[in-house]
Amino acid sequence: MKTLAANSAQKTEQGRIINDFSIQVATVNGSGSQSSNNVLMRAIFQMGIPVSGKNLFPSNIAGLPTWFTIRVNKDGWVARKREIDILIAMNPQTSVEDVKSLPPGAICISPIELHLDSVRSDIKHYQVPFAELATQTTENIKLRKLLTNMVYVGVVGHLIELDFEEVKKAISRQFEGKTKAIDLNIAAVTKGREWAAQNLKKEDPYYVQADDKTQGKIIIDGNAASALGAMFAGVTVVTWYPITPSSSVCETLTDYMHQYRLDKKTGKATYAIIQAEDELAALGMAIGAGWAGARSMTSTSGPGISLMSEFTGLGYFAEIPTVIFDIQRVGPSTGLPTRTSQADLLSTYQLSHGDTKHIVLLPGTVEECYSMAVNAFNLAEKFQTPVFVLSDLDLGMNNWMSDPFKYPDTPIDRGKVLTASDLERLGKFERYKDIDGDGIPYRTLPGTNHALAAYFTRGSGHNEKAAYTERSDDYKNLMDRLNKKYQTARKYIPKPSMVSDKTAKIGIIAYGSSHFAITESQSQLKTEANIATSYLRIKALPFTEELKQFIQTHERIYVIEQNRDAQLRSLITLELPEFATKLRSVLHYDGLPIDARSITEEIKSQER
Amino acid sequence: MVDAPVTSNQAPAPKTNRIGLTLADYKGAPSTLCDGCGHDAITAQIIKACYELGVEPHKVAKLSGIGCSSKTPAYFLSRAHGFNAVHGRMPSVATGVSMANRDLTLLAVSGDGDTASIGLGQFCHIIRRNVPMIYIVENNGVYGLTKGQFSATADFGSKSKSGVMNELSSIDLCSLAIELGATFVGRSFAGDPKQLVALIKAAVSHRGTAILDVISPCVTFNNHEGSTKSYKYAKESEIPLHDLGFVPFFEQLTIEMEPGTIQEVEFHDGSKIILKKLDKNYDPTNKLSAMNTLQKAIAEKQFLTGLLYVDEKKEDFTTIMDLVDEPLATLSAEQTRPGKEVLEEIMNSLK
Ligand SMILES: Cc1ncc(C[n+]2csc(CCOP(=O)(O)OP(=O)(O)O)c2C)c(N)n1
Ligand code: SF4
Ligand SMILES: [Mg+2]
Repeated sequence: MKTLAANSAQKTEQGRIINDFSIQVATVNGSGSQSSNNVLMRAIFQMGIPVSGKNLFPSNIAGLPTWFTIRVNKDGWVARKREIDILIAMNPQTSVEDVKSLPPGAICISPIELHLDSVRSDIKHYQVPFAELATQTTENIKLRKLLTNMVYVGVVGHLIELDFEEVKKAISRQFEGKTKAIDLNIAAVTKGREWAAQNLKKEDPYYVQADDKTQGKIIIDGNAASALGAMFAGVTVVTWYPITPSSSVCETLTDYMHQYRLDKKTGKATYAIIQAEDELAALGMAIGAGWAGARSMTSTSGPGISLMSEFTGLGYFAEIPTVIFDIQRVGPSTGLPTRTSQADLLSTYQLSHGDTKHIVLLPGTVEECYSMAVNAFNLAEKFQTPVFVLSDLDLGMNNWMSDPFKYPDTPIDRGKVLTASDLERLGKFERYKDIDGDGIPYRTLPGTNHALAAYFTRGSGHNEKAAYTERSDDYKNLMDRLNKKYQTARKYIPKPSMVSDKTAKIGIIAYGSSHFAITESQSQLKTEANIATSYLRIKALPFTEELKQFIQTHERIYVIEQNRDAQLRSLITLELPEFATKLRSVLHYDGLPIDARSITEEIKSQER
Repeated sequence: MVDAPVTSNQAPAPKTNRIGLTLADYKGAPSTLCDGCGHDAITAQIIKACYELGVEPHKVAKLSGIGCSSKTPAYFLSRAHGFNAVHGRMPSVATGVSMANRDLTLLAVSGDGDTASIGLGQFCHIIRRNVPMIYIVENNGVYGLTKGQFSATADFGSKSKSGVMNELSSIDLCSLAIELGATFVGRSFAGDPKQLVALIKAAVSHRGTAILDVISPCVTFNNHEGSTKSYKYAKESEIPLHDLGFVPFFEQLTIEMEPGTIQEVEFHDGSKIILKKLDKNYDPTNKLSAMNTLQKAIAEKQFLTGLLYVDEKKEDFTTIMDLVDEPLATLSAEQTRPGKEVLEEIMNSLK
């Protein structure tokens, strides 16, 4: 068909586009499409084809539009793709707009009664009597709606030649142990497949073909990965207040801890997970626990991180370890609760009044959500301070492919804690004195049975002995030591990752979940415009020395970030003002995950 | 006492308690509060109670919020770790401490501003969780540290130092606590040391959140004519519900009294509080009658003191959380980091 030119991808000789397209399923939230979408994605993954899934959902429980996008890509590009190749338009509310937004040549699978072929003729329509097919699968009206979703899995599966055995496996996995549900769902998929085989003439180029690129890989979302990291870090006190998109960190952690962290002999918990009354209390509890010697954490987003400001300052000033996960969503205020952004960078870095600055870890992959969570607890106790892990909705709530996580290769580091016998040996204890010249003092835990152990913790002025003071010299001394400690931290936090192209005049600096879109864009820039780029991904704040070297060795730097105000670029400018004129911005802040095409277009236009 | 020959000019060895500590061992830094402040009188009774009970100081965590009252943990038990949190948020910190180390006795001090205004939410939730701790509200009806503004516990009609009348009704922390399911609620007065010390001891023996609302006059901003939180007013209007005697578990003496005139409440550690009935017939284990009595007292503007309510049966938060016996803070890496095979199992399930 003439109109069916491939969107952008390469075709094989027969005009087929294999393992390189995106599917978008438009439904209504609360309609149970989640399991169908998971099955679809899983089946493709099981065929060995790299895949990623993104859920674009409303802040609502039922009845509002939701879109799930599956990207299939043989080269392993898993960032969001802007163009949709296959639309499954199940939502009458949005179907017209959904169809209008397709690029020419795309395909649209839709319920026949929507007559979407009248909306556009430059795309390929497959119209399916979904309602009728679902009715044939079950008598139960309630189930019918759910099974309609499985029917589209069958239809699209037939069209792209999805391995039916893998679909069945994915269904068994999705409904683990529930034989009746498994049978019903397989029947619905079969219905869709059979109907499509008899009634549809394949007139599009999109196919999947078994590959071996997902062997040994896992699929996980970033929040579950962070939860795993916390568990393997040995977390003992977890506090939280429900908020999208961070809730699943602690919910998943609750499940894992219940399974793996009950004492083997007594069955009692080696941890406490508390759903607090608000985020102030959540962080207060985490700080109290950290002070008393537990490995503690809390997790939040948007409004919650604002509420945590005062306690964060206390943690910084009184030097109390805890870990705070901020799964960024769109602000300001309530903002768009179910959309993604990277706009908490500056406010989190300096959260709370007075001179404060924090260690902030910036995971860019689900693997880093895991490994940085492990690391965060060590850093918090080593530096006796709140440590932030700044993830985001895209990373945290979407499914990503990854290599399996590695068991932590370093022991748990509880930092400078003095026991009763240490105190006996030392004969002296001053809580806030810099003994080792690294700015990190020693602490004791409440309950330590020694006359020297006790000290008084306060967020008001205190001297080296932890006594109350308003003296200028004591205050300055303390602030300078805290700064020294912060400088020491630069040597221990994760260093940036760097991929250099010797011919590149252009450097890209970014952080967090932009990563996959950036590497894809680098490839586009190279092949489409012969623009070579090097790439430095910041993994933590404060900056480490690699940043300066990277900027020095490139003519121009594009700082790519998902916020309006160029927050990372501003920070770099503050710290390295001599390079300010070298820095340019690529900003993405529409609430959707950043995509390669947008970056490529922006850099091309600035390079023109 | 037998006269010992004087061999040096040293004073006789001071008295010690059952664990060999002196009263001085329970003191803290010198107070920096105004002379005569009610808070200092409460500090003295905290010291006395801990000394007489033989509390091990290193097993205590002192906690507070912000305010003159919240400064006082620095003035007692210098051998215990202390934590001066942020304004109104001491309960959350206490909850975390309690989870981290269940062996600690949490001894917390707050003010009426700290508890009844900015911290009202956390006050409610600590009660709801029944976190084991002693929670003393040093209630003076004003914000002392910010120089005398009315607090939410100031009585309707009470006059400020500059003569302004409080036109809002007050929050009664004791009725609120009982309503919320508190397991130990007492009210006392800084000027009634005998009753106060008995209530503090009982609170220490209680397993759960023990709320003590103690009227503690602010001599600088709220001790004038027209104030309902002054020494004079409290002294003149205090109506004790009972005479209180405390019998610690390590001193099992029997008290001879006319039948029907006393009631005993036994705590989990075997200590008892003996309530000698006065003119009123008051049973502090009956929630309904406690609520009734308090509501009536509020309506009639009476200042009732004593053990208002006690429930020794409700589970405390560490029990509800089903924690291991050992403090979470000191669990070993073997207990807190699952083995390699666990990660492998999880990874396989995600493939
Ligand atoms: C968030 C915050 N807001 C305001 C203050 C100022 N402040 C300090 S103490 C206090 C009131 C204390 O009153 P109360 O708890 O009754 O203690 P008192 O001084 O009367 O013993 C206030 C408002 C503060 N420290 N923190
Ligand atoms: S201002 Fe009032 S509450 Fe504060 S120390 Fe002085 S008397 Fe006590
Ligand atoms: Mg007060």
